[in-house]
Amino acid sequence: MDRRKSLKSLFLGTVAGGLAIHGCKPEAEAVEEESAIQGYSYNYGRTPKEKELIMELENEVFFNEHELETIGVLCALILPANDKFGSATDAGAPAFIEFMAKDIPEMQTTLRGGLMWLDHKSNTDFNLEFKSADEAQQKQVLDAIAFYDPEIPMSEQPLEIQFFSMMRNLTLTGYYTSKMGIEDLGYQGNMPNIWDGVPEEVLEQHGVSYDEEWIAKCVDQSKRGVIAEWDEHGNLLT
Amino acid sequence: MQIKEQAKVYDVIIVGSGAGGGMATKVLSEAGLKVAVVEAGPYFDPADPEQMTQMKWPYESPRRGAGTVRPFGDFDTAYGGWEIEGEPYTHKDGTKFDWFRSHMLGGRTNHWGRISLRFGPKDFKHKDVDGLGENWPIGYEDVKPYYDKVDKLIGVFGTNEGLPNDPDGFFLPPPKPRLHELFYIKGARKSNMPVIPSRMSMLTKKINKDRGVCFYCGQCSRACQVYADFSSGSCLIFPAQKNGGQIDLYVNSVVREVTTNEEGRATGVSYISKDDRKEYKLKGRVVVLAASACSSARILLNSKSSQHPNGLGNGSNVVGKYLHDSTGASRAGFIPDLMNRKTYNEDGVGGMHVYTPWWLDNKNLDFPRGYHIEVWGGMGMPGYGFGFNPNEFNKFFGLPTGGYGEGLRSDVKKYYGSVIGFGGRGESIAMKDNYCEIDPTTVDEFGIPVLRFHYKWSDFERKQAKHMQETFEELIHNMGGEVLGDRPPKEEDYGLLTPGRIIHEVGTTRMGDDPKTSVVNKHQQLHEVDNVFVMDAGPFVSQADKNCTWTILALAWRASDYLVDQLKQQNI
Repeated sequence: MDRRKSLKSLFLGTVAGGLAIHGCKPEAEAVEEESAIQGYSYNYGRTPKEKELIMELENEVFFNEHELETIGVLCALILPANDKFGSATDAGAPAFIEFMAKDIPEMQTTLRGGLMWLDHKSNTDFNLEFKSADEAQQKQVLDAIAFYDPEIPMSEQPLEIQFFSMMRNLTLTGYYTSKMGIEDLGYQGNMPNIWDGVPEEVLEQHGVSYDEEWIAKCVDQSKRGVIAEWDEHGNLLT
Repeated sequence: MQIKEQAKVYDVIIVGSGAGGGMATKVLSEAGLKVAVVEAGPYFDPADPEQMTQMKWPYESPRRGAGTVRPFGDFDTAYGGWEIEGEPYTHKDGTKFDWFRSHMLGGRTNHWGRISLRFGPKDFKHKDVDGLGENWPIGYEDVKPYYDKVDKLIGVFGTNEGLPNDPDGFFLPPPKPRLHELFYIKGARKSNMPVIPSRMSMLTKKINKDRGVCFYCGQCSRACQVYADFSSGSCLIFPAQKNGGQIDLYVNSVVREVTTNEEGRATGVSYISKDDRKEYKLKGRVVVLAASACSSARILLNSKSSQHPNGLGNGSNVVGKYLHDSTGASRAGFIPDLMNRKTYNEDGVGGMHVYTPWWLDNKNLDFPRGYHIEVWGGMGMPGYGFGFNPNEFNKFFGLPTGGYGEGLRSDVKKYYGSVIGFGGRGESIAMKDNYCEIDPTTVDEFGIPVLRFHYKWSDFERKQAKHMQETFEELIHNMGGEVLGDRPPKEEDYGLLTPGRIIHEVGTTRMGDDPKTSVVNKHQQLHEVDNVFVMDAGPFVSQADKNCTWTILALAWRASDYLVDQLKQQNI
């Protein structure tokens, strides 16, 4: 299998996609073929077409170096490091924002225009680009655009407020969907376990409890491995 | 270009591999029949690491799970969506219908919600109750034995509650409610609304030696690698192959039409291979259409011949008519008592552990038929969108919204898991004027004429949605919560979703005793062509306030038994 894989990668680009798979045959081979796309480093069940799209987006460059550096500064201001966890920038939010700007192109003008607005504002007030201003100056710029009136639809708010809101949203999603952010949040799922109800102290904290009658109907996890059998009325016997 | 014809003659050709096609494959192959399964999408096995999305972390996707490519998010296991490149559909008179398709072995069963509700006695004869729509030619007692068999074969958790129109069954024990579900139970009881354990097809307990038991990752929409939830591939087609069934799978094969002979009987199907874009023919003694309600109608309508000038089985002109989807409206609330949560793993099964079946008497209401309530909430795995407007709920406390800095961290944690949401899923009335037909002006990339939809909601459905909104608001208030967003106004149909959005479309090849007003008989056999059957949700006369899958499975089993019997008796 390894040999076949390496042989295939030699031909990459010339035959990939040209190999027809016949009706009866599962397409495992096709999948293998496509997974050899150069530089593709993901492993989460993409179809060949989806892999191509990811590579296309990754090979495209949207933000220039200056813009990316500004985003890096911004993400770290939005979610700075504390004594336990790094900043959103440390967690890789800028690269995620670069990808999303290409994946959802509707965001591009707001993002790019907003970055220009930041520099313009900072230049006007301090004669410095935003990223080169000191933290107090940067915060002075942000303080004017960081808060919004939740009663007014976002699309009707000034561009700089829309921009900052979008940037804050992407920064937080970028952070909390990273390994670091998930640990920070304390999310403990996405692993095999046996759900057996809400912990007692949590029930107490929130002032609720289980009905005994209800719980009696629920799964007895000690018998989860025993094959189910019923009587003719649908009563579970095992 | 010559059409390539296979010499082999199958006993049965099954078009589609979802719930109906999967069940037909299992029952027919186990009866010893030689079966071809023709599927428009690729091969798919939830256990194949190359195709797997289960147990992946959000950062394994460069878009962190955003729904830019797959409409339910990057980790959802449906290859397709409401829009598929190269496979358009059109609309008539400015009406709306959104058509969801999933092209892969197992079809939509790989990602569905797995809510597995039997139709009740009233659901088969609802015209007797309110004079609307049409009765089914069969009743609950005809389907019950098959529901029982499906329960035992596939596995569904739930509880026997003795409710008149939500029948008992052979249930696996349900999982315990989560925290937000306990709040829901409390809130609903204040309004005298019933709440019972949900009924869903995940294995909370072992059902046989071949399938694993649920390990509570909450990711059933990603298809289960240990086969602990119901997907057509893992529970029906693969076991049938393992049992020695003579099954040939034709994947990436888009059926164009059912072929017929001079007597007008079916001889097989023609399909286009997506791999080489050439047309092929398969021969079979019987054809079972299970491509989904709209796709099967499309195939019938495209199967024109001198014997069937109006499309196969369409002398009645009823094919495509009576298309109906479930009604759907949603609302969410912020529950202050669910703030500041201790974190622990509450993934549970994918979806809700409790729900509310329809509970009211329409005599006191201004709309017919009912809806059930689905509940969501909890401390789910972050994905794209998590942390958006992180302190929006500050507004309820008179605090500023927005900002930046370390404070956002505590805001995110403070509000994590404090939202509860509801979806109402109800019954619409099947109308002749809601339909799909062939659009003669448009073909897909395979040269097959596409569907054109005509669909309008009536005040029946709008009033039902209004009632849902009122109910959801009441529930949220009962829980001491704040309703999020304004109630969608009349001009927006009270938040009633576009037809097709609930993905319960049924009714396009309706079942009946009268060939003038129906397409198939009560055995799902075309009135006009005895060797063609329809085994998806097309034959549904009405949709009920349930979900369609369990009934598709039961009916496909029943129809397959009949088919086997008819072949034995040499009637076909």
